Amino acid sequence: MAKAFQKIYTQITQITKATCSVKATHVGYDELATVEGRLSQVVKIMGDEVTLQIFEGTEGVPTNAEVIFMGKSPSLRVGDQLAGRFFNAYGDPIDGGPTPEGEERAIGGPSVNPVRRKQPSELIATGIAGIDLNNTLVSGQKIPFFADPDQPFNQVMATVALRAQADKIILGGMGMTNDDYLYFKNVFSNAGALDRIISFMNTTEDPAVERLLVPDMALTAAEYFAVDKNEKVLVLLTDMSSYADALSIVSNRMDQIPSKDSMPGSLYSDLAKIYEKAAQFPSGGSITILAVTTLSGGDITHAVPDNTGYITEGQLFLRLDSEVGKVVVDPFRSLSRLKQLVQGKKTREDHPQVMNAAVRLYADAANAKTKQENGFDLTDYDQRTLSFAKDYSKQLMAIDVNLNTVEMLDKTWELLSAHFKPAEVNMKQELVDKYWK
Amino acid sequence: MLTKGTVKGIISNLVIVEVDGPVAQNEIAYINLDGTKLMAEVIKVVGRNVNIQVFESTRGLTVGAEVEFQGHMLEVVLGPGLLQRNLDGLENDLDKMEGVFLKRGDYTFPLDEEKLWHFKPIAKVGDPVTSGSWLGEVDENFQPHKIMVPFVMKEDYTIKSIVDEGDYNIYKAVAVVVDKEGRETAINMVQRWPVKVAITEYKEKPRPFKLLETGVRSIDTLNPIVEGGTGFIPGAFGTGKTVLQHAISKQAEADIVIIAACGERANEVVEIFTEFPELVDPHTGRKLMERTIIVANTSNMPVAAREASVYTAMTIGEYYRSMGLKVLLMADSTSRWAQALREMSNRLEELPGPDAFPMDLSATISNFYGRAGHVTLNNGAEGSITFIGTVSPAGGNLKEPVTENTKKVARCFYALEQERADKKRYPAINPIESYSKYFEYPEFERYISDHIANDWTEKVSEIKTRLLRGKEIAEQINILGDDGVPVEYHITFWKSELIDFIVLQQDAFDEVDAVTPIERQRNILDLVVDVCRTDFEFDNFNQVALFFKELINIGRQMNYAEFGSEKFNAYHKQLRELVEQNSVVNK
Repeated sequence: MAKAFQKIYTQITQITKATCSVKATHVGYDELATVEGRLSQVVKIMGDEVTLQIFEGTEGVPTNAEVIFMGKSPSLRVGDQLAGRFFNAYGDPIDGGPTPEGEERAIGGPSVNPVRRKQPSELIATGIAGIDLNNTLVSGQKIPFFADPDQPFNQVMATVALRAQADKIILGGMGMTNDDYLYFKNVFSNAGALDRIISFMNTTEDPAVERLLVPDMALTAAEYFAVDKNEKVLVLLTDMSSYADALSIVSNRMDQIPSKDSMPGSLYSDLAKIYEKAAQFPSGGSITILAVTTLSGGDITHAVPDNTGYITEGQLFLRLDSEVGKVVVDPFRSLSRLKQLVQGKKTREDHPQVMNAAVRLYADAANAKTKQENGFDLTDYDQRTLSFAKDYSKQLMAIDVNLNTVEMLDKTWELLSAHFKPAEVNMKQELVDKYWK
Repeated sequence: MLTKGTVKGIISNLVIVEVDGPVAQNEIAYINLDGTKLMAEVIKVVGRNVNIQVFESTRGLTVGAEVEFQGHMLEVVLGPGLLQRNLDGLENDLDKMEGVFLKRGDYTFPLDEEKLWHFKPIAKVGDPVTSGSWLGEVDENFQPHKIMVPFVMKEDYTIKSIVDEGDYNIYKAVAVVVDKEGRETAINMVQRWPVKVAITEYKEKPRPFKLLETGVRSIDTLNPIVEGGTGFIPGAFGTGKTVLQHAISKQAEADIVIIAACGERANEVVEIFTEFPELVDPHTGRKLMERTIIVANTSNMPVAAREASVYTAMTIGEYYRSMGLKVLLMADSTSRWAQALREMSNRLEELPGPDAFPMDLSATISNFYGRAGHVTLNNGAEGSITFIGTVSPAGGNLKEPVTENTKKVARCFYALEQERADKKRYPAINPIESYSKYFEYPEFERYISDHIANDWTEKVSEIKTRLLRGKEIAEQINILGDDGVPVEYHITFWKSELIDFIVLQQDAFDEVDAVTPIERQRNILDLVVDVCRTDFEFDNFNQVALFFKELINIGRQMNYAEFGSEKFNAYHKQLRELVEQNSVVNK
């Protein structure tokens, strides 16, 4: 429905798969418009020719289509009414409820001034030793799961979200299958957590380009609760590889020169703009981002995981440990860069050294296994590392184990004492004297 | 009359402007967006159409907006009070900005305009002076901050008057100089300089040779960097680039440390903001922040200002070097800067070079590294800029344009290795692939032999050889099995492991182990070389491993103990005794 102040144009000069150009004046960059009722955004202005990116595609758009400029960039109405609701990529309800009221805010807003940020220092406990013990999460952190499509990353993420005592959990789904969407919805409602959940959903049934709006929608809502309401907000973004795919589609259709892996040259900045919204705010609120980047064939040198790794504060890998038949958080490749801000400070003093010693010995076990597979004799030490590794995987690393950090540390000392001599663990003597069992 | 223009086209932060007069390449312009001024820089001129890159988001900008050109390139303000500041890539003071979020068009002055500085004249009436000549000094955080004749005043002048010692603000004219035609110029404590132009007010730039102590053993002992030297640290994510950079900037023996956080994580900058005001400079005992300037353009800040941020940092470095100070400049990471160049080159539809980077990337990098160096100033004093940049190679593959082009110009190469990082052998600097060209400089060798020990270089190359040999043997053992090689091979292998564990590996999060002064490094090197030169005899390889593991354990406890403390001496003695008991002579 056209309103009095809106400008309507009908002179379309060019149509491609994702964009159309129209003769128009007084149009702002990034402004929203509708083309035959389809939402679109200004991506280029050259004189009086304005190029619009149409989110749902240009199929069936005629050259005399009605283009209405809305005089604003994409926005979301923020307010407490967002809680417990499910929206599409445009921020319209998909759960049958009413449109929430609230202040309208442009999405993709400005960055936090780095000097106003606080150093993240609060531990997020998940009960999963592969995370809490080896790769401790901290509020205000951004960290993705690097996972192959067949791995249970959505389950792990849902578990983490529910245990992580956040005030709000905001789920941004990009290219998610409808089944996975229903899975999240069920898990959250069964846990009685629905009133804490806000969801922006682009499923595989929706047009791909629409998902470009999802992270900004989710993070605008997150900033409302974290900055205006001082709440601890956890944002789940899955799957960021689908987001990057949409970026490459758009850049391709705009004739940009692709860089590595057909991704646009601006991929790093595009991803950083999203992930850097994670922050610990001075007034106590925080935004923590937990994302999923699916890999193809475990290849982390692909442009998407590679750029992500440089932006995020670590990454988590899942792996099926064939020795014990359980999924574990891979102790070698996973890393939380902020862990030293809480390990030994918010947790027990022995945490950093215990963690390192156990991982080092676990690495020795991997070497011993290689030796064994190559048909060499194993030393007594090799044998002990192997049996340690088995216990370590089964009793600590498996994602279905739920312990608090003190229990995790005690358990590790128990395993170290059972399999090794103090000189073999390379730890500070004071700690060995105090905790060796 | 300043040139004006109107916006004709907008593609993200590239704006096309039609102008009514002359413009210069790299000239600064302001776009008027409904009263908010957005800063931009000319990057290409085609007839009356000028392409400018905007340092801010262009959301809401419309065709027809007015543009005002400024008649100068991107400049920085130089003067006392830059130390301890947190600046953005365009030298705005981040602390002076209001609110939690950055607002576009919010430009703040980097210096304190009210503060009084205690000025002491150095030059006197009648002295001949020129650009960069020292007129006087003020105390800036215990550094003798020289007030100089502005670098843009290239003529010869005579001092007509100079103020007495006293407290003045930065705008006080502290001296008046006269040129040959009798024209007078008043000079205050502030000057401006375009960042893309090097400050070259020095007599000569000799080869650097003085060791710059960083306290990191795998740098100082194995591949040292020098005052005025250049180095780079490439490494895939997760290999410890930033931890290493922070360690160097905390511990290095420099007067001024400038950290350019270029396109990296904001939380890493926050870590510096939070920790540096608390941490103590190991060389002076004062707070680290007092000697530090942070130039922050984190990855979510405007991309176009990323390039500006490294130049801003370098120009500030050159300013302090002209005062005869030792400056350490760290840039993390130069790859992000190269990517910013790529994004813009792409929007300009230039023909791309390798990996879609602009063709002149190589020249851009080498010119930038060329601005570092050790200089003798016109008055005979010496100053230096040591530059260490990190490179973030795509996919961890060092065969990519930024790494390759940097390798051509940087003299030290610290290769961070994924495999070492995976094994938690930090810092993950590969001891075999890394190098320092300064070892080949005879003047450096003389310096080391005068200041540390005359057998130092010999011992260092011995442990390097042993590390290489150890690696070869490890490969053989992998293929042939423990039994497949003689016991002596195991001894040689474990000697290299001892070097790895005691010399190379260092705990950046342990108060004592994090920083090793050169005297202590010498002590460790002597000890380790002595052990390596000792002959051992064992019946089987299991005994070898057991013995060396015990040795390594004692050595690590020693590294955790305060140097020269009772505990340290006890571990030292214990280690020596253990070696003696097992050496061939005593068996």
